[in-house]
Amino acid sequence: MATTEIGLDHHLSNHDDHEHHEHHDNFFTKYVFSQDHKIIARQFLITGIIWAIVGVFFSVLFRIQLAWPNESFPILETLLGKWAEGGKMSPDFYYSLVTMHGTIMVFFVLTAGLSGTFSNLLIPLQCGVRDMASPFINMLSFWFFLIAGLIMFSSLFLENGAASGGWTSYPPLSGLPEATKGGGMGMTLWLVSMALFIVSSLMGGLNYIATILNMRTKGMTMFRLPLTIWAFFFTAIIGVLSFPVLLAGAILLIFDRSFGTAFYLSDIFFKGEVLTNHAGQIIEGGSPLLFQHLFWFLGHPEVYIVILPAMGMVSEILSTNSRKPIFGYTAMVYSIMAITVLSFLVWAHHMFVSGLNPFVGSVFVLVTLLIAVPSAVKVFNWITTVWRGNIRFTPAMLFAIGFVSMFISGGLTGIFLGNSSLDIPLHDTYFVVAHFHIVMAIAAGFGMFAGIYHWFPKLFNGRMMNEPIAYIHFWITLIGSYCIFWPMHYLGMTGVPRRYFSFNEFDTFGVYGDLNVFITVAAIVVFCTQFLFVFNFFYSIFYGRKMKTLNPWKANTLEWTTPRELGHGNWPGAIPSVYRGAHEYSKDGRDYTPQHIPDSQLDNYNPIIAEAVK
Amino acid sequence: MMTTSYQENEYQKPIIQPKKFVLWGAIASMIMMFAGLTSAYIVRKAQGNWVLFKMPDIFWISTIVIIISSITLYLAERSFKQENIKMYRLSLGITFVLAVVFLVCQYLGWKQMGEYGIHLKGNPSGSFLYVISGLHALHLVGGLFFILIMFVKSFFLHPVKLLIDTLNPERYLNIELLSTYWHFVDILWIYLFIFFLINSL
Repeated sequence: MATTEIGLDHHLSNHDDHEHHEHHDNFFTKYVFSQDHKIIARQFLITGIIWAIVGVFFSVLFRIQLAWPNESFPILETLLGKWAEGGKMSPDFYYSLVTMHGTIMVFFVLTAGLSGTFSNLLIPLQCGVRDMASPFINMLSFWFFLIAGLIMFSSLFLENGAASGGWTSYPPLSGLPEATKGGGMGMTLWLVSMALFIVSSLMGGLNYIATILNMRTKGMTMFRLPLTIWAFFFTAIIGVLSFPVLLAGAILLIFDRSFGTAFYLSDIFFKGEVLTNHAGQIIEGGSPLLFQHLFWFLGHPEVYIVILPAMGMVSEILSTNSRKPIFGYTAMVYSIMAITVLSFLVWAHHMFVSGLNPFVGSVFVLVTLLIAVPSAVKVFNWITTVWRGNIRFTPAMLFAIGFVSMFISGGLTGIFLGNSSLDIPLHDTYFVVAHFHIVMAIAAGFGMFAGIYHWFPKLFNGRMMNEPIAYIHFWITLIGSYCIFWPMHYLGMTGVPRRYFSFNEFDTFGVYGDLNVFITVAAIVVFCTQFLFVFNFFYSIFYGRKMKTLNPWKANTLEWTTPRELGHGNWPGAIPSVYRGAHEYSKDGRDYTPQHIPDSQLDNYNPIIAEAVK
Repeated sequence: MMTTSYQENEYQKPIIQPKKFVLWGAIASMIMMFAGLTSAYIVRKAQGNWVLFKMPDIFWISTIVIIISSITLYLAERSFKQENIKMYRLSLGITFVLAVVFLVCQYLGWKQMGEYGIHLKGNPSGSFLYVISGLHALHLVGGLFFILIMFVKSFFLHPVKLLIDTLNPERYLNIELLSTYWHFVDILWIYLFIFFLINSL
């Protein structure tokens, strides 16, 4: 459907094409190898949910180890076999779990599951497009993601276990197949899987940008776009510009591991002997810090790839459910833009203790703290949007408010860590774990939940999710998340290092045993609560209450003008034109003013006043 | 309000054909990848323990070859738009041959480096050149397949159908995408060549 002339007639004729295609749909073309953006969104979402269950389950397993390092749990042996002989987890397995938890949650759940789902669903629906710029590339994007996931999943069942060098895969540890158990085949599969994942997110991102820039409906100027679309737009830009750099770093790592080069390795002593390559030469001349630079040049923008879509959806949900226009729409757009630019300039704040030149460090401190400005603008605007609003506490709204709460709590500790001098004692402690889990992981997770509860009717044929279960899910998740991560700040401030298998050897940290038990119990409770959501989700797909009106939240945006059951092409007739911005609630005595209704057809439209206002 | 100047009878015109835009986006990401690699090169070089060596002379020839291939592809694009099938087929064929010659030159260059004693394994200065020029060659192979497909298709072009095609700007899409990509791969090599040349002084 790619052509240079986009107009009403054109869309109509295109629609006929699509109807023509529909006759040939069978199960495989409709649900498996689908090129329809809504089906692809569902595929991303359901794959993401499965990955989330796996990833969070891993964290429960290693939390059990941290809470009760001396106990043995026979059930672990039943479950994990040789990785937990006598009911005690092996250290190698612990490190594999930590690595896989990070990789899965950051890339497969919060990048593909979040951005993949909602960009695919909402960009065409909210911009008024029948499908993506290139539906075929869009389909490929999902399939590359799925294959990347399957490869990562298969690495869990290797004899020597999955990659265990941390989700950051720093060399030399990750560069030496001999160094760790999972360092051989496990690490190789990790790299292959990541390369495929990068290709997948590049294809997705290019499609999102092309669609948003070129295919918006009549009247949909950039500054009438909902903030969700702005967020997806900049997320895609960050992805397209930063993922290739990780790919470059990964390619060099592959060469180091498999072809005997020395980009990252130098003068390695391993078990008392100098390490040589296959030709018998001593490996020298590499720089492990090079990988950190290449990794964090993606790695830091990556956290904005995770959080920006959540920010966009939260803005939309807060505005809709407060029945108020978003406070400072333009400021919101420019703050997303500022975050995008700054996200590329702060990567070295992950490397303050790597021997970085202190002057360079101070530059990165400045830029890092600058990001607090656009972030604070956004928080201020969310709060002022809700302020004196006519709030409806739908599950989506609760999760959106929870997002703001998490973002503030986690953002404040970011100011601590952004200072290079404060980072020296706090680096690699549980303070860092607490910070990034609250500000990025939990917040983005809340954004994802908010999005699912809000747009569920658009995802699954006009069905709604069960609200009482959703409320229970929200409150336990909110309180539980704080119970898990709040105490970690105290652990970190006293210097408890992250990534340790057990603290038995360190008397200093013995006193925190009870705190670790508390955290683990909270983690298990939160994990179990998520099954309420999973049940609610899958039950509602088939048996959920059908929405009574086409616009259950009384929202302004275009997706609610589509029919209950979305066909291929989204709108059965012409695509609606757009006459105003997306967030005009409680204006001119109207509760809400949908974007697609012309001024002259509004309830209390008065031509004289309209003329005067102009 | 931001959008008051907006005219009601105006509709959103696309800035650029979406598929072309996707290609430009992909080019941006490839630029980022090679920028990442070459800046890794600079950072690593600044840390010392760096073996300097003379870049193989044959890379001069490959540079000239790839520049000529860009010119022949430009001729192919022009003759397609002028409905000159013979010329189109000929210049596309020459482009294909030149691309293969380029790859052979790169291979000979790598062999020449091996004769100097610069191998993939060893000091990163050599490894970087192998990996970066190898990745560039891989990008070129992608374009090579595209040229081959277009070349085979050119034998089945019907003059009447071509006339109809040329009346519709959409039908230029494939050749335009190809030439954009090919010129990019060309310029990328020139950049890499100059980069290595400066760094081998």
